[in-house]
Amino acid sequence: MTHSRRRAARGRLPLVLVLPAVLGLAFLLIPLAGLLTRAPWDTLAGELLSPRIGQALRLSLVCATLATLLCLVLGVPLAWLLARGNLPGQGLLRALITVPLVLPPVVGGVALLFVLGRRGLIGQYLHAWFGVSLPFTTAGVVIAEAFVAMPFLVVSVEGALRAADPRYEEAAATLGASRWLTFRRVTLPSVLPGVVAGTVLCWARALGEFGATITFAGNFPGTTTTMPLAVYLALETDPDAAIVLSVVLLIVSVGVLAALRDRWIRGGA
Amino acid sequence: MTLVAHLDVHRDRFHLDLRLEIAPGEVVALLGPNGAGKTTALRALAGLVPLTGGHISLDGHPWDAPPRTFLPPERRPVGVVFQDHLLFAHLSAVDNVAFGPRARGTSRAAARDLALRWLDRVGLAEHARAKPRTLSGGQAQRVALARALATDPRLLLLDEPLAALDAATRLHVRAELGRHLAEFRGHTLLVTHDPLDAMVLADRLVVLDHGTLVQQGTPTEVAHHPRNAYTADLVGLNLLRGTAEGTAVTLDGGGVLTLAEPATGPVHLSFPPSAVSVHPAPPTGSPRNTWPVTLTGLEQHAHTTRLRLHGRPPVLADITTAAVADLRLHAGDALWAAVKATEIRAYPATPDR
Repeated sequence: MTHSRRRAARGRLPLVLVLPAVLGLAFLLIPLAGLLTRAPWDTLAGELLSPRIGQALRLSLVCATLATLLCLVLGVPLAWLLARGNLPGQGLLRALITVPLVLPPVVGGVALLFVLGRRGLIGQYLHAWFGVSLPFTTAGVVIAEAFVAMPFLVVSVEGALRAADPRYEEAAATLGASRWLTFRRVTLPSVLPGVVAGTVLCWARALGEFGATITFAGNFPGTTTTMPLAVYLALETDPDAAIVLSVVLLIVSVGVLAALRDRWIRGGA
Repeated sequence: MTLVAHLDVHRDRFHLDLRLEIAPGEVVALLGPNGAGKTTALRALAGLVPLTGGHISLDGHPWDAPPRTFLPPERRPVGVVFQDHLLFAHLSAVDNVAFGPRARGTSRAAARDLALRWLDRVGLAEHARAKPRTLSGGQAQRVALARALATDPRLLLLDEPLAALDAATRLHVRAELGRHLAEFRGHTLLVTHDPLDAMVLADRLVVLDHGTLVQQGTPTEVAHHPRNAYTADLVGLNLLRGTAEGTAVTLDGGGVLTLAEPATGPVHLSFPPSAVSVHPAPPTGSPRNTWPVTLTGLEQHAHTTRLRLHGRPPVLADITTAAVADLRLHAGDALWAAVKATEIRAYPATPDR
């Protein structure tokens, strides 16, 4: 009641804002609704347990999670360096890091192939010295996903670090804490909501990754065919299966986001 | 065994150039207006700002001597209390206090014991598990003091420790801070823009303006012989110590003053020189505090003249230049000083100072 009274007090909402807002909402939600209405609900349970989908789903979840871990291990320190490092050319560095954000993922995949491929800049030595070849392997999937998803984490964590008051770190230093201890015990806890938000974004991006993955890791069922690849593949041969795969991907992403939101994001932010 | 420093810091268009010595057990107050360079001096001593020139050493151990030597803050035996306490929000009070000892290598259990003892000493033992945001401003600042002292620092740096507190809390925390400073055997630098804090808590005042030293000396010296009008305004304050019994205060240096509201035990009394009036004969009327004085000095300031009056107690008085002419005042004149009881502020003194 208070709600509607407040709205009444503020006057009617202007149509010029409401109309595009409603259209925007419809634009975002109708395709998802369409997907759900087309889903063969009676056979869904059976399809879900089929080895093809189970395999792709498992691979997707494992790879996205590994990619996210990789992003955390490398991305959080990188964000710290950008926010606190006082490096020369820091602005340029920050701009370069966001390049994978705007780069078409396929181009990212090509770039990875030329660097980490068997004849690539680094890949040739990996192959010659360690016998390691990354393209077209599950590890390649993880790398492709991490490459595309890491900027999301870095940007999010760096923003949180810049917003955090550096005087707390000074206080820790006067108490005798090294920079590493300060980072672990003071800085990181204070930016935890930002880290969690960045991790969620990063994981979601990795889970949906398609372009870089198919370019760098190829499409081999069981080793590199993640859910998005499976959807694309199925669309050409078996549209019903594509819908099932899509619905599963939708449910999993929404479910994980909702769970994390309840646990972390609402409380933290 | 002394802290010896020549703080030379160039930053943008600001230049701090201050020579400072602090003896063990001594409390030095660094006093000055905003932007005078007080906080920069404190940060340089803590190692949060490197010196451009000069040097800092404690007991002969160099801390900062550009370009060669720089001991980072985490390796200096300092404790810092910041203006807005800067307690770590995600840690409880006891974990905040234990942070320093832990960082300096004390075991978890020992650090916790130490922290609990310190919280007990600042009277917050029952708030050990409280998170900083649930503490009041005064409580948080006391936890911050315990945190700074728990590492057993050789140099205690206090950056406007009372500035963020409301008037009533300030009184209590000031008295308690005085008690801890009296017990503290290391060197203390108190940065403040409040002359009262400085005069009550410090053994020696160092007045800073535009990055350079204006004057230094004991609170009484500085108050009674301000080197210039700025210092006179800043510390132009009559500060007396005595023992209160009801509304009557027997002053340590002799004489009795009457308060508007009763108090007990050792107290500081303060009133501005403008609250003191002088009369050629014993005044009649409302002022209950009147006593004979001898005029020992006159100083002309912008719109007023400051009189130094010798008597029991000795006081400073500001009167208008016109009044000086009317009274035909000369050094050596016998006069009567008067101050209204309502003009005198009384607050509890720390036992040992």
